[in-house]
Amino acid sequence: MKKPFKLTLSLLSVAAAVVGCAAGPGAVDLDRLTAEIVKASFRDEGIVKASVLDTDETNRVCSTADVAGKPLDDSTAKAIEAKNLKTVKWPENGKFLGDWKEGEKIAQSGRGLTWTDDAKTPNGGNCYNCHQIDKKEISFGTIGPSLYNYGKLRGVTDPASAAAKPIVDYTWGKIWNSKAYNACSNMPRAGHMGILTQSQVADVMALLLDPKSPVNQ
Amino acid sequence: MRITRTLSLIAVIGLTSIAVWAQKSAVQSIEEYRLMLQDGNPADLFEAKGEGLWKQKRGPKNASLEQCDLGKGPGVFKGAFVELPRFFADTNRVQDLESRLLTCMETIQGLNAADIAKTPFGKGEQNNMTALATWIAAESKDRKFNLSQSHPQEKVFYEVGKRLFFQRGGPHDFSCASCHGQDSTRIRLQDLPNLTKNPGDGVGFAAWPAYRVSNGQMWGMQQRLNDCYRQQRFPYPGFGSDATIALGVYLGVNSKGSASIAPAIKR
Repeated sequence: MKKPFKLTLSLLSVAAAVVGCAAGPGAVDLDRLTAEIVKASFRDEGIVKASVLDTDETNRVCSTADVAGKPLDDSTAKAIEAKNLKTVKWPENGKFLGDWKEGEKIAQSGRGLTWTDDAKTPNGGNCYNCHQIDKKEISFGTIGPSLYNYGKLRGVTDPASAAAKPIVDYTWGKIWNSKAYNACSNMPRAGHMGILTQSQVADVMALLLDPKSPVNQ
Repeated sequence: MRITRTLSLIAVIGLTSIAVWAQKSAVQSIEEYRLMLQDGNPADLFEAKGEGLWKQKRGPKNASLEQCDLGKGPGVFKGAFVELPRFFADTNRVQDLESRLLTCMETIQGLNAADIAKTPFGKGEQNNMTALATWIAAESKDRKFNLSQSHPQEKVFYEVGKRLFFQRGGPHDFSCASCHGQDSTRIRLQDLPNLTKNPGDGVGFAAWPAYRVSNGQMWGMQQRLNDCYRQQRFPYPGFGSDATIALGVYLGVNSKGSASIAPAIKR
């Protein structure tokens, strides 16, 4: 396996910097080398294009903070959240809640957008991978908080009421673009990144907020 | 899919289902199930095949791999696995076990490394690669990981690996750290090791190659990382690519002092 000449050269220069400088190579050199290695290492496969790694400022800033082991400073975090909040598409028809039964199916499904999926399979929400939701499902993950009794705990008895409006808006926004409320959240931006459609988001909303949903029993 | 699997596991073990109680027990029972399987790990078969392949004269040069240098000198295989990835002067690069075997298959046996790297997992020469990696790893079973960080490129690869580990991207914004950056979390019922620090004996980097009961396949570390990236919705990492090796350095160095249980047996 021949290495690309350019990559070898820059690896050598960064390695030389480690030898030459007691403090080691700078973060900038290492970031640049990492980007070159990523470019040389990943390729298109199936429906996944290598270009999905050309990510946005939000991910770049959060990755850098993760590497440094320091959370973002408040003003950077606020700016990123504001930028993401602007991307939220509110339901054009004013219909925030769809069908909780469909929402449960979407929450269960982890399908979609891997190189072994095809473009025709509807994407799942991957929700149970990280969250407890309906109590009947015992196979749930714990990376995110439990969402069992989500609407009930927040006092939502009529999702269409003015009283419920703030929590309904927040929940839609959080599913559409989680980074609007927590800049470096682990949660995907389901609407913003095109993982779920508007009607799928409405169905997941119903699962969480419909008083008839098993989540709120 | 995972649920069906979990449910059938529970069925195998014969659990009853009182929701909360069953949840805890399901995790414990899966552990017991894994322990039961330790009695007969099918990885043994791959190990035996790997040992045979090491000694067998193959390729255009009709040579065995017995003079392959895995880092401790030509032909030394005992203890080599727990010191990989490391820097190799002859190729002037950091290599993991599988990319190093690939080098030996090309230089010693005359096989085409690029062709093998392009072969999908579970096909043709990749099956031989997995068997070889399984046997070499087994020859370091119970030894403690001790990767070198003395060569500048090894240090650089650790730093690059760390950056790859935290690289958020793809449609889901996932990084390795999304699942492996905290203590005591799960995806569905699957416990997740925190790989930003030493996860302990036989966990994470110290558990591969492993035989996967759920699909009846033997996987090396390259395939383990490849499938992580698939689930992360990332594009395809080339076999033996620098990204996979740098990630291996990061995980391997973090596991310093932990014992390797490879070849392990997994869900």
